[in-house]
Amino acid sequence: MSVNSSRFDSAIGWSTRPDAWISKGVRLLLSALAVILFCGPLLVIFSGAFDHNPDPTKLSVIPDNPSLINFQVAAENKIWHYLTNSLIIAGGALLLQLAVSVFAAYALARKKFRGQAIALLVILATMMLPEEVIAIPLSLVIGDLPLVHVSLKGTLLGVILPLGAWGFSIFVMTEFMKEIPAELEEAAKVDGAGELRLFAQIILPLCRPALGVIAVFGFNMIWEQYLLPLIVAADPSDYTLTVALLALRSDDMVGTGIVLAGALLALVPSLVVYLSLQKSFLRGITTGAIKG
Amino acid sequence: MTAVQHHWDTQDVGSTASGGGAVETHPVRRRRRRRLTGATPRGNVWVPWLFLLPAALIFLVFKFIPMAEGIRLSLFEVRPFLGDIFVGFKNYATILQDEKFLTASWHTLVLAGGQTLGAMLIGFFLALLLEGHAKSLWFVRSAVFLPVVAATAVIGEIWRLFFYPAPEGFLNEVISWIGLGPWEYIHSTDTSLVSVMFVGIWKHAPYDMVLILAGLAGIDRQQYEAAAIDGASTPQRIWNVTLPALRPVITILLTLAAIRGLRVFTEVYVLTGGGPAGSTDVWMTRVYTTAFEQSEAGLASAGSVLLFLVTLVLTVSVQWYRRRKEAR
Repeated sequence: MSVNSSRFDSAIGWSTRPDAWISKGVRLLLSALAVILFCGPLLVIFSGAFDHNPDPTKLSVIPDNPSLINFQVAAENKIWHYLTNSLIIAGGALLLQLAVSVFAAYALARKKFRGQAIALLVILATMMLPEEVIAIPLSLVIGDLPLVHVSLKGTLLGVILPLGAWGFSIFVMTEFMKEIPAELEEAAKVDGAGELRLFAQIILPLCRPALGVIAVFGFNMIWEQYLLPLIVAADPSDYTLTVALLALRSDDMVGTGIVLAGALLALVPSLVVYLSLQKSFLRGITTGAIKG
Repeated sequence: MTAVQHHWDTQDVGSTASGGGAVETHPVRRRRRRRLTGATPRGNVWVPWLFLLPAALIFLVFKFIPMAEGIRLSLFEVRPFLGDIFVGFKNYATILQDEKFLTASWHTLVLAGGQTLGAMLIGFFLALLLEGHAKSLWFVRSAVFLPVVAATAVIGEIWRLFFYPAPEGFLNEVISWIGLGPWEYIHSTDTSLVSVMFVGIWKHAPYDMVLILAGLAGIDRQQYEAAAIDGASTPQRIWNVTLPALRPVITILLTLAAIRGLRVFTEVYVLTGGGPAGSTDVWMTRVYTTAFEQSEAGLASAGSVLLFLVTLVLTVSVQWYRRRKEAR
């Protein structure tokens, strides 16, 4: 490492010397501006949700008139019911997605079989197929499942099942599983381990870092769903929280604060998941984008 | 070291070397050789497919059957309870001549283009600003990233409130400090599309920032030093060293964002619902309206298939272009 390498820790060449006041000042100012610009609006949701103030023009970062009344009114508008819908869907779909991805990845990464290339291609094809594109026929399929002729319309399962398999998760998991050395498997086989034990006791425990990545991405993808819960719903009581926000806003009897209370409840789970699995998330973005 | 130990060491390391009869019967070695030749042990052929079954089933029922059904419907006039009538490509012709769809496709292109470029530019500046190893920078990066994590529906609600058109609206208040406004944002046909674009840029720029940061981290520091020794100014260094090195990342970002942009739905649906007066109507909101408000499933399916074809052509041509460049 050369002597003045610290000067080029960054492309701009931000100075890291303690006496570089101008460079530091400019950077601090711009960083503060960026934080205000990108976090400020989310902060306003927090403050607005706790502010008893029906006037949509009076938004601020600190509540003028702090109270919990917005949540009480929101509760009368079944906000907890919508949140429950959202949480059940998120939990169910995420568990299913994790299981399905891990199973599929095990076959794709640890086995050699005829048709493997085709299987990979099919999964890639699902990723090129935007969910928006199949939304209309999907709503028909959900209303009358092929072969079994069961309708999932208006059920939470109707949202959960279509989200149960996601090409991105399968690929991330497959890439990760490929890295596990074959010797571990061989050793277990010598010890007489069956296929399921091999999978559950040798491979799965080693995949924990990748599970973090696909969990946080999966949650984000599921929580972001809008069109799917909208088309699966048979009536407004089937809505998820994010979809219900629009219905809540359209109600003239409901003020700004109540909508923001709902928005806050929809925001908090994403924040919690992101902040607790942040490293996985940022790692996943870079690997995911480069692989895709 | 005894001779026996030595014997085992070499056996473990050089497992591909052909050994004597005693070695041949060693179970580990036999298995490994089978793997190397690619032959699957008999009786295990169905195991991989069993593991793939759940994914295959879900994809089949919720992706491929709907896709096939969508293509089929696009060729029919769909009449619930009366029976569908085969109309060939009439639905496609109707859509391609429909003024509302044509306007929507124009809006979609403008929105996708503007958001893609805007988000990348802001993301680039953010990345330049926040590159580095300091803990404080890491904190700022995490904070700036939050809009990516928040659900679009949530973001739509808060920005709708910011866009309150009266002079005392939040954003109008803010821009009045620098002598601008008041504007009507999403409530006027002149500014609605730009306002939606702005929210999209705001949500996606931090995502681009993360990818560009990853690209920046991969640049050889010595190149910067060499440029500095040659007397290049900071803008020259960014232009001649940083940007060329970021080209792969930028290509990926452009592709991802363009595809994401073409299928934009939620942002528009929550912010404006396509209004006012259709001024923010995009392809997918148009398809949605056609399907669920006008109950024209056939027409809507044709619209979906068209969008899919455009996305497919875009993806494949970018992949092809990338392959060709890499091969060179």
